Amino acid sequence: MVMEYNPGIQLLRPLVDFDNQGYWDGIKQHKLIFQKCKYCGLLIHRPRPMCPRCNSMDMEWVPSMGKGTVYSWVNFVYANAAYPGIKVPYLVVVVEMLDGVRIVSNMYDVPPDEIYVGMPVEVVFDDIADDLTLPKFKRREV
Amino acid sequence: MYDQYLARRYRTTVRPRVEDYKIKDNVAIVGIGQTEFSKDSGRSECQMACEAIKAAVEDAGLNIEDIDGLVKYAMDYTDEMHIVSALGIPDLNYFGECGWGGGASCATILHAATAIASGAANYVVCYRAMNERSGARYGRAPGVEQIMIAPNDHYGYLMPFGLATPPSWVAMFATRYMYEFGATVEQLGWVSVVCREYACMNPKAMFYGRPITLQDYMESRMIVEPLRLYDCCLDTDGAVAVILTSAERAKALKQRPAYILGATQGIATQGEMMTSYYRPMISILPESWYAGQELWRVTGLSPKDVDVAQLYDAFTPLIPMQLEEYGFCGVGEGAAFCEGGDRIRLGGEIPCNTSGGHLSEAYIHGMNLIAEAVRQIRGTSTAQVEDAEISLVTGGLGVPTSAVLLRR
Repeated sequence: MVMEYNPGIQLLRPLVDFDNQGYWDGIKQHKLIFQKCKYCGLLIHRPRPMCPRCNSMDMEWVPSMGKGTVYSWVNFVYANAAYPGIKVPYLVVVVEMLDGVRIVSNMYDVPPDEIYVGMPVEVVFDDIADDLTLPKFKRREV
Repeated sequence: MYDQYLARRYRTTVRPRVEDYKIKDNVAIVGIGQTEFSKDSGRSECQMACEAIKAAVEDAGLNIEDIDGLVKYAMDYTDEMHIVSALGIPDLNYFGECGWGGGASCATILHAATAIASGAANYVVCYRAMNERSGARYGRAPGVEQIMIAPNDHYGYLMPFGLATPPSWVAMFATRYMYEFGATVEQLGWVSVVCREYACMNPKAMFYGRPITLQDYMESRMIVEPLRLYDCCLDTDGAVAVILTSAERAKALKQRPAYILGATQGIATQGEMMTSYYRPMISILPESWYAGQELWRVTGLSPKDVDVAQLYDAFTPLIPMQLEEYGFCGVGEGAAFCEGGDRIRLGGEIPCNTSGGHLSEAYIHGMNLIAEAVRQIRGTSTAQVEDAEISLVTGGLGVPTSAVLLRR
């Protein structure tokens, strides 16, 4: 666990709505799931009410393989440009999942000076508070 | 036609005929006005807006009563009602606002020009007023709670992870851009150095008299890696206003008109407010490409015809990326284009951000770039491009954007 939180400052919570309830419910149960169009098969993230390819509204939740690679990253160094609830330095990454979609997340076990584009990673779940579980990523052996 | 980098499809088939584009040559920017640029204005945004509008009216040789239209930024905290009351404008027949932060800058010009070309208004003001340094600073996270509301559900996938500030949102694009195209920190540094050189020629710039070297840039503190302090724009208190009217009326006014060749907006699919990370590529700016394609289409011109450009520079990587998207160089070549700085200096292939831009003059959300684009047409810039005839200015990046092409 390389990220440290500043006590007393709440992390912002996800905005759960009708369209993404399933996704965040899955995260709460330590399951990474993505939305899939039942009609044309397109895998979609972030969740939305309609398939942008075929305009079907017939969607299902499918489990992710949980593995991917780091597509891009940033390292928060200057505290005034970071979220005050998290101690700098900390990483935020965009992960390209082997499933074919990307998600924004944090690295669970990788310090900022070791990160690189293309790093193989896999999902872990961080129960930060009673009402907050986030999907994060750790280094993956290949 | 499909671009080699998918997700960029320019649908000429759905666009109006070029001969029906009524804005070209029929509308001009005839007045520009601004306050001083500072860290602490000591007065309200409404007052600064009024000062800038009054200065623009005087610059044009008009009277306050002549104004019958007003276009504002959705993000501006002032509004038509207060501006009209404070300035004593008797009535307005046309008003509206443009969204998406700095992406609104050139969009206000498009909306004003549309009103004029269609006969809905005679003299339309576009303005931006902000106490962005002494008030809430955009580059910082406190206050982001306020935007965690239903229409912004995408923030729910970013904010809990601490991805909470504009420099970090752009840094994510920058990391990938540098990775894919081999762009270097030094190449981005040259953008910063050249903008500072221009600011040192502009007595009204916040960084006037404070030159930097590439070494200074390299040693500036890291903000959100890979972006350093000098990769980031200023925070500014100030206001800028411009006035548009028809080409016909412009002839009778005080200044040399800056005729509008084209004004366009661009929005691209799978986008988010500065965090469009789910597209096939994130090392490109599809919105800018769309706005550019449309600009070249309606004007019949190409990047080769442009004498000077004001490219929206909230952060340094956005200049090379726009040089690519507007066609001044090939995809992935922008950073190398900026190396050494000569191509974007006076006398170079395309002098960029000649007032110092957001990086070194002031950050008035794109409006100060529009004023500089007009000064280049008038021949009154502090870094004047000799005989500049065609002047480009662009709107905010990573958001739905906009662009304007002016001519003498």
